[in-house]
Amino acid sequence: MTLFENRLTRKKLIVFTLAMFAFGFALVPIYEKICEVTGVRDFMRPEQVKNTQVDKTRTIKVEFDANTRHLPWDFKPEVTSVNVHPGELTTVVYEVSNKTARDMTGQAIPSYGPSLAAAHFKKLECFCFAKQDFHAGEKRLMPVVFLIDPNLPKDVNTITLSYTFFEMPGGKPAPNTAPPGKLDTQSAALNAVPSATPNLN
Amino acid sequence: MASVPQDHSHGHDHSHDHDHHPTSWTRFFTTTNHKDIGTMYMWFSFVMFISGGIMALGIRAELFQPGLQVVRPELFNQLTTLHGIVMIFGAIMPAFVGFANWMLPLQLGAPDMAFARMNNWSFWLLPPAAILLIGSFFVPGGAAAGGWTLYPPLSIQAGMGMDMMIFAVHIMGASSIMGSINIITTILNLRAPGMTLMKMPMFAWTWLITAFLLIATMPVLAGAVTMLLTDRHFGTTFFNAAGGGDPVMFQHIFWFFGHPEVYIIALPAFGVVSQIIPAFSRKPLFGYASMVYATASIAILSFIVWAHHMYTTGLPAAGQLYFMYATMLIAVPTAAKIFNWLATMWKGSITLETPMLFCLGFLFLFTMGGFTGLVLSLTPVDIQLHDTYYVVAHFHYVMVAGALFSAFAAVYYWGPKWTGWMYEEKLGKIHFWWSLIAFNVTFFPQHFLGLAGMPRRIPDYNLQFANWNMVSSVGAFAFGIAQIFFIWIVIRMIRGKSGIRAAAKPWDGAEGLEWTVPSPAPYHTFETPPVVK
Repeated sequence: MTLFENRLTRKKLIVFTLAMFAFGFALVPIYEKICEVTGVRDFMRPEQVKNTQVDKTRTIKVEFDANTRHLPWDFKPEVTSVNVHPGELTTVVYEVSNKTARDMTGQAIPSYGPSLAAAHFKKLECFCFAKQDFHAGEKRLMPVVFLIDPNLPKDVNTITLSYTFFEMPGGKPAPNTAPPGKLDTQSAALNAVPSATPNLN
Repeated sequence: MASVPQDHSHGHDHSHDHDHHPTSWTRFFTTTNHKDIGTMYMWFSFVMFISGGIMALGIRAELFQPGLQVVRPELFNQLTTLHGIVMIFGAIMPAFVGFANWMLPLQLGAPDMAFARMNNWSFWLLPPAAILLIGSFFVPGGAAAGGWTLYPPLSIQAGMGMDMMIFAVHIMGASSIMGSINIITTILNLRAPGMTLMKMPMFAWTWLITAFLLIATMPVLAGAVTMLLTDRHFGTTFFNAAGGGDPVMFQHIFWFFGHPEVYIIALPAFGVVSQIIPAFSRKPLFGYASMVYATASIAILSFIVWAHHMYTTGLPAAGQLYFMYATMLIAVPTAAKIFNWLATMWKGSITLETPMLFCLGFLFLFTMGGFTGLVLSLTPVDIQLHDTYYVVAHFHYVMVAGALFSAFAAVYYWGPKWTGWMYEEKLGKIHFWWSLIAFNVTFFPQHFLGLAGMPRRIPDYNLQFANWNMVSSVGAFAFGIAQIFFIWIVIRMIRGKSGIRAAAKPWDGAEGLEWTVPSPAPYHTFETPPVVK
């Protein structure tokens, strides 16, 4: 009689054990579903950074002007003006082409009107930062990324950004520099917690 | 106490002792006797305890000074990994299964375990697993070295030592599951007439709950390591990000097993302490029913706190908060048990024999380990202390001072019943104080090291950690030698060197059916079940 009871108990426990073994595998889809439903995996997506520094109460008209000096190149912006809010990140593209039959190097120099706007006109990326090599007949689209400092004096409503391309005779292009914010020394400093020890032997 | 001092003239009636006592050398391979199997479990556990201890001493020897002196970093990683697995699966768990095999039928008035042949099988699965684990040190690439938690991607990239580890975990898991089925069936079906569940000794209760934890979590661990195995060899990508898997998934599945595992180790220890403290306080256990409910609630809560091992994996804040509060909740039933033990001792007429000393050591040190556990349950603190020596100190306070000390207490408490001889009280007390002091010298400084930022599982360290590491290593060697002393005491007890035969009930405050049979317990007991009123 107890033998029968024991076997019955054992049967139940074995079924339970097998069910738990299956449950171990079922945990894989269960966890995935939970992550999906609760949105835990959101951190896997790139973050949408929101600019909170935009001053929507003001609108500034930015005009683009492009000139060349003793340079047979075509140089013009794709749009002649944009309306932006101070603090807003804006990209404009210039079209540059070397009309001659020889390789040339040039560099663009910006100027601003009114000139006091220069201190409030922040360029994050510009083709004017470096010398530009152009092959014979080469044509390129070159961006300028900028924002206008919200501290721009109240009476300035229009800014003119004017570039003039000069030829750099025999000029070599500037060496490539590391993009900002990716310095190798930074990560090394973060790892320098205790484990590194000089070997005393 | 009530032991009977005797000369060696064996003034003891042999006539009823002529039960079938096999003598052939195959006895231990073929035995289905719960006492033989319990004894084998205990010897196996001690051998693994010494093996894991030698690995620990290799670790401490390397950490004696900064720099690399004794072992190569690869071997160091293998030692930390195997030390963990060997101590948990090889030493602590089999020790308590051994106690269960020996004592549960005696405590419940059953003639043997419910499935005697399965019992033999569940023991004999263990030595092959041990050979796989120890043997993996000698294969190309060495033993598994990614930590006892077997986290991918390391465990997927490792050499064949990892395959041997996975296979060993499968085998040991099967052994535990069979042992648990046996224990549950024995407790549920084979109790003596009149022994209701709520009249069972606490040791039986804690083992019943532990066995349920085992059959609920061991299969999940088996599943997790099977997924590792198929990821390694059969092209699945459960945990391989390159194929759409997720290494953090393994941590979730592993700790679904891993956290209940902590209580699989702790609950039988609680059971042992709940037997011994009343015996030496000469009072019944305070709050028996609340002890049963506290044990059950600890077991249930242990399933819903697993991710507190994973605070640094990028859990969302809501998850961190939930796991933090749920983890703290476990302190409530655990504290209920601690207070019940204290209340049991309150106004008792306490004597301090070795088993009681080990239980008091357990009570003090386990509570400390519990408090550092509470500290670590705080997410912001844990993120700071994660994988530092503070964690190492915490879990050694609960594993060594908790489980191991109560195992020592059990050996001194029930040893006279097993061997028929008392141990030598003076030696037992020396073993206790030696272990207590050496344990604290070893592990207390590790709190300081962890708070100062020393990472675990690294063979070398900054100069600022040198002094406390040296102290800790000295303590570790002292603790190791104390355990050689322990086995010497046990062998002297088996040989009857104390000259004091154990009475059927050597402890006058002890309660339970196990003390109604003579010492040493005859090969067959309770063939006619006793009646419990």
